[in-house]
Amino acid sequence: MSELKKIILDYVKKEYLEEGDDTEITNTTPLISGGIVDSFSMVSLKLFLEAKYNISIPDAKATPKAFDSVDNIANLLQKEFNIQ
Amino acid sequence: MAFSEKVREAYQQDLESIREGGIFKEERIICAPQSSEIEVEFPVGSGRKKVINMCANNYLGLSSHPDVIEAARQGLDHRGYGMSSVRFICGTQDIHKELEAKLTRFLGTEDTILFPSCMDANAGVFEAVLGEQDVMIADRLVHASIVDGMRLCKAQTDNYKHSDMGHLEEKLQFHQKARFRMIITDGSFSMDGDLAKLDKIVELAEKYNAMVFLDDSHATGFIGKTGRGTHEHCGVMGKIDIITTTLGKALGGASGGCVSGRKELVEMCRQKARPYLFSNTIPPVVVSGANRVLDIISRTTERRDKLERNTAFWRKGLTDAGFIIKEGETPIVPVMLFNAKLSQDMAKALYEEGIYAVGFFFPVVPKGQARIRTQLSASHEQHHLEKALDAFIKAGRKFDILHKTKQEIVDKYGL
Repeated sequence: MSELKKIILDYVKKEYLEEGDDTEITNTTPLISGGIVDSFSMVSLKLFLEAKYNISIPDAKATPKAFDSVDNIANLLQKEFNIQ
Repeated sequence: MAFSEKVREAYQQDLESIREGGIFKEERIICAPQSSEIEVEFPVGSGRKKVINMCANNYLGLSSHPDVIEAARQGLDHRGYGMSSVRFICGTQDIHKELEAKLTRFLGTEDTILFPSCMDANAGVFEAVLGEQDVMIADRLVHASIVDGMRLCKAQTDNYKHSDMGHLEEKLQFHQKARFRMIITDGSFSMDGDLAKLDKIVELAEKYNAMVFLDDSHATGFIGKTGRGTHEHCGVMGKIDIITTTLGKALGGASGGCVSGRKELVEMCRQKARPYLFSNTIPPVVVSGANRVLDIISRTTERRDKLERNTAFWRKGLTDAGFIIKEGETPIVPVMLFNAKLSQDMAKALYEEGIYAVGFFFPVVPKGQARIRTQLSASHEQHHLEKALDAFIKAGRKFDILHKTKQEIVDKYGL
């Protein structure tokens, strides 16, 4: 699980922070409700996870709430796809 | 009664939460034609106040131009008020075809189709030309209407960091298996006033076999040496596959928009774009006015040249006075204040001085990026800009933000 969270966290930092942006993001940082990722940009995170783990996350499961933190995303992947 | 008290209360609570969130929009009542000097009633019920307008999209000052008004009047006399039809039943007049041909020539494309608005053009175009096997890769700061249009399309969606060509290239590599790739960008971004790196985008599109979509609503008529738009400015005329733009800003400011580009893509819109198929034709009066606008801006660059001079004066004036502005060359000039309340207080202080400008803050712009967005027009005369600059300096002194760094402003007012 910690490896999964690290992969997600690294991707989020690389994908959503501008160069030189030192905003601290942890596993519990609110990504969408905190204004770091908007609902339009969220799609690239979903695409990344689907390609990385060869899965298809149904739109009904890829809600802003389920994607609102690294912890939430990791929980979703564990529960739906048994990815640790 | 379906609209019960319980339902009413629920909506009232929703509206209250919008107010509490500080994003409740109120209309200012303008009691004059659109121009650089207008009479405004705000708040509603208060007296009318004469102000200099620094927030219209009237870039070329053609919204109330006498020649445009006269042409619109002739359109009304000769082609009537309404058509009571969509385009493909009995809503296409000779003047609609004339306007489409003029836009095609002006933009340097192969064909053009009119829409009731550019919002409609963007809402309909993607679904009409792309399918499930395709991918749309958009700049993250594209206009909301593009985001909506992408949501209506079955193609896969992805996006790249604003104007980050390295990130765009990664995305193009990632999506090489898709049937078609379409890079989607605004030409001039409406909140920051910066221009897309369209030459680099075209380069990447050619390298990775992608189409290019450009919304040039905040550029058509004045960006580029002859005002053709961002593609002229970046030296890539003829290389953009789809351009959407509006008649509702520089081009007379009434209403209407278009999709212009490769003839097959335009034809697909005629066959499949739902806002084109299922909403009324643009009224003759607007089409006639827009035809005259195209004549004016095709004949002379006088107005875009004046706008360029006004923009240079305004950008230099604000910078010399000690404001932090977003660098650039477009007539969209954001004055950065960072703090949401400060942006509202500053707008209020300016209004008291007879200057009408609007403060924007999250979620319209990112958190900590609150600003007053000023917009120049060819209808601004030197005395308008000097008065506006004096008012900005007075307000800047009042809030003690002149010649201060971002950090100093944030330390004083917070983010």
